[in-house]
Amino acid sequence: MSISPPAELRSVEKTMRLGELSLLVLSVIGVFGALFIAAKAYTPEYAFHAYVFAAASLASALAVSNRYFNRPAEMPPQVIAGKPNYNYGPIKFSTIASMFWGIAGFTVGVIIAFQLAFPWLNLDLAWTSFGRLRPLHTSAVIFAFGGNVLIATSFYVVQRTCRARLAGDLAPWFVVLGYNLFIVLAGTGYLLGITQGKEYAEPEWYADLWLTIVWVVYLLVFLGTIIKREEPHIYVANWFYLAFIVTIAVLHLGNNAAVPISMFSSKSYIVWSGVQDAMIQWWYGHNAVGFFLTAGFLGIMYYFVPKRAERPVYSYRLSIIHFWALIFMYIWAGPHHLHYTALPDWAQTIGMVFSIMLWMPSWGGMINGLMTLSGAWDKLRTDPVLRMLVVSIAFYGMSTFEGPLMSIKIVNSLSHYTDWTIGHVHSGALGWVGYVSFGALYCMVPWIWNRSRLYSLRLVDWHFWVSTIGIVLYITSMWVAGILQGLMWRAYTSLGFLEYSFIETVERMHPYYIIRALGGVLYLLGAVIMAWNLYKTIVSPETEQETVGQPALVPAE
Amino acid sequence: MTLETDKSGHVDHAHVDSHTGMATTGHEWDGIRELNTPLPRWWLTILYMTIVWAFFYCIAYPAIPLFQTFTKGVLGWSARGSVNEEVAELRAQRGPMVAALSNASLKGIEQTPQLRNFAIAQGKAAFGDNCAPCHGAGGGGSKGFANLNDDDWLWGGTLEQISATLTHGIRAGDDLGHLGAMPAFGRDGILKANEISVVADYVRSLSGLPVTTGADLKTGAKVFAENCAVCHADNGKGNMELGAPNLTDAIWLYGPEKATIVEGLTNGRGGVMPAWAGRLDATTIKALTVYVHTLGGGK
Repeated sequence: MSISPPAELRSVEKTMRLGELSLLVLSVIGVFGALFIAAKAYTPEYAFHAYVFAAASLASALAVSNRYFNRPAEMPPQVIAGKPNYNYGPIKFSTIASMFWGIAGFTVGVIIAFQLAFPWLNLDLAWTSFGRLRPLHTSAVIFAFGGNVLIATSFYVVQRTCRARLAGDLAPWFVVLGYNLFIVLAGTGYLLGITQGKEYAEPEWYADLWLTIVWVVYLLVFLGTIIKREEPHIYVANWFYLAFIVTIAVLHLGNNAAVPISMFSSKSYIVWSGVQDAMIQWWYGHNAVGFFLTAGFLGIMYYFVPKRAERPVYSYRLSIIHFWALIFMYIWAGPHHLHYTALPDWAQTIGMVFSIMLWMPSWGGMINGLMTLSGAWDKLRTDPVLRMLVVSIAFYGMSTFEGPLMSIKIVNSLSHYTDWTIGHVHSGALGWVGYVSFGALYCMVPWIWNRSRLYSLRLVDWHFWVSTIGIVLYITSMWVAGILQGLMWRAYTSLGFLEYSFIETVERMHPYYIIRALGGVLYLLGAVIMAWNLYKTIVSPETEQETVGQPALVPAE
Repeated sequence: MTLETDKSGHVDHAHVDSHTGMATTGHEWDGIRELNTPLPRWWLTILYMTIVWAFFYCIAYPAIPLFQTFTKGVLGWSARGSVNEEVAELRAQRGPMVAALSNASLKGIEQTPQLRNFAIAQGKAAFGDNCAPCHGAGGGGSKGFANLNDDDWLWGGTLEQISATLTHGIRAGDDLGHLGAMPAFGRDGILKANEISVVADYVRSLSGLPVTTGADLKTGAKVFAENCAVCHADNGKGNMELGAPNLTDAIWLYGPEKATIVEGLTNGRGGVMPAWAGRLDATTIKALTVYVHTLGGGK
């Protein structure tokens, strides 16, 4: 009778994998490299960032070693009992990060909205001045909140629709943690006054380089997962995610091409200059809207709307045509941000006509989202999460109509530089990006934490109504304010002189700025309700899954 | 109907959605299917229409970059041309008054009501964008920035004086500008803290403001006579040649509080107004002069 050896002797001997070893080595190099730079830094602000990087590298080295000692010898299995062994850890991190940054970003938005109505709230301090808080707000909501939602949902959707575990072992963690390190460097940099002065691309060269590394790994993880998919076709949501990841990489590299004055200084000079710089900036800026805030979030829509409505996507053909039309046309539309400037007339024309042609490709996404509800409209009465997703699509449709309208030169001559633009951006940001993200988070949190349901649908209802009133206050006040500004700026007296001075138009904005800030408060309040609801969903015993294990897979037929 | 096999040998069946009666593509991802609905006709029509419109717009307007230049468009429109047109329209609207104003003397403007009205209109517009940031939209001023609505003038309120102040500014580095400044009596050690305190009380007493109980106004008067009267005059009524304010009225540039007066005596005062010559053309300065003169207390 033979005695089988104990299990631990049978198992493979544990060795450090190449990925672990290289990340460990790079982290150690990172610690010493950053400390060296900190010691020689020209400014204390830059030294502070070097210390942050050193601390992050140290944490990374410790985490990699710790993980190595605690993990089993084998790689996590790709499949368990015939079902894919999905990797939800990094998704959970990004989900929590998105809630945190969302509330932080909305709060800063409310503060700067009140600063515009009551300038003394700048507090006469450099760190709290509008000039520094404004990029903090935009980056926190777009890149920190939106970015984390995109990373979390893309990692979830690509696994589920490919029936494959996320590619890489440490790489997905590197993406989520590295991305959030970038957010910290960017945000603290703004407060300390570090900026390259490019709207939506304010972080300086070293933060840009770091983001480039993280982004390339993100692309590799996403592509790797698609390559090892168990489905014959790539689902439409993944096309949009991929377009988002690839294009953002290109835009980021193009717009941030800069020469640092020294490795020991945060200061750099952009290689572009004059009107070329303006053109590159808005090629970037507009496509950040197009590929970050539109393509990426359409990826979310294409998974979560049919999933929540339990209905097939309305039209596969429409998804192909509007995807390629959107991708092809968006990239040309940037010059409409530079109407009536030193940009040559021909470039302004190109920007305008592509913006108009972009109208239907944008609406293709709206049609596909809304019509997916056909046969499930009754669910809107009972499911506030689905209602949020549907309203997000409605706002998407509204903003993508308003956008082309505002790109028409004659309209732009009234709307440009006014608060109408701010209102337009926020109907897209609060209504479309915010709501589709909230809807996705409400769906995804119970799924990835293996809970039976959300803690409270009533709270979702409250979130929906409170924030919807907030959005309505925001965009209507900005329409009135913007059009009023535009009309006042162009008003002439009968003798042919400007009727109003600039400062008079600023005075007239006061009541609308207060209404806008109150709208922002309501929107923030809604997000706090959501964070509480999601927190309770994760921890409350009431939402525990009755059967323990992976959420049931719907077998592919 | 298509049949496809995935890597695990699984077969996708196109199936018909019962609600819409539309066939799906046969693919399925995590429970999601796609209907094979054709493109909505209206959607496609509008898409084509926007493309056709874009094509014609590009023929009509500047659009296609060439090696050295770009196509100018058959309508011959250009941004620069359109600005020139609008400027020409504005010139036409202002009419002959522009030339008349530029040739007229300040006196001449005052004597021609039509010209005066035109100057006030131009001056008001120029005031809003150039002067209002400091002096307020209505010329009401604020701490350190003179109120232009009253008849109390620091450097004189005649047309000529206002014109000179506007043209050359105050302590702005223009040799012809106003240069006088309040010395820093405390900081430069000319007066001691207790002397500053009593003279501050004395200055308040000049306009009938209450003084600190037991203040030695006699010493105050002596200090004033020895240090201040040279600019502000023996009776404290000031001197416009030097920009020394009248201290006997209720109008204060920095404020009537004793602490504010002490601060001024200690560190001096010397607010700056830009020299507008070179920033604004001579006609605009003329119009501003007339406008400011009308605000409240033109002499």
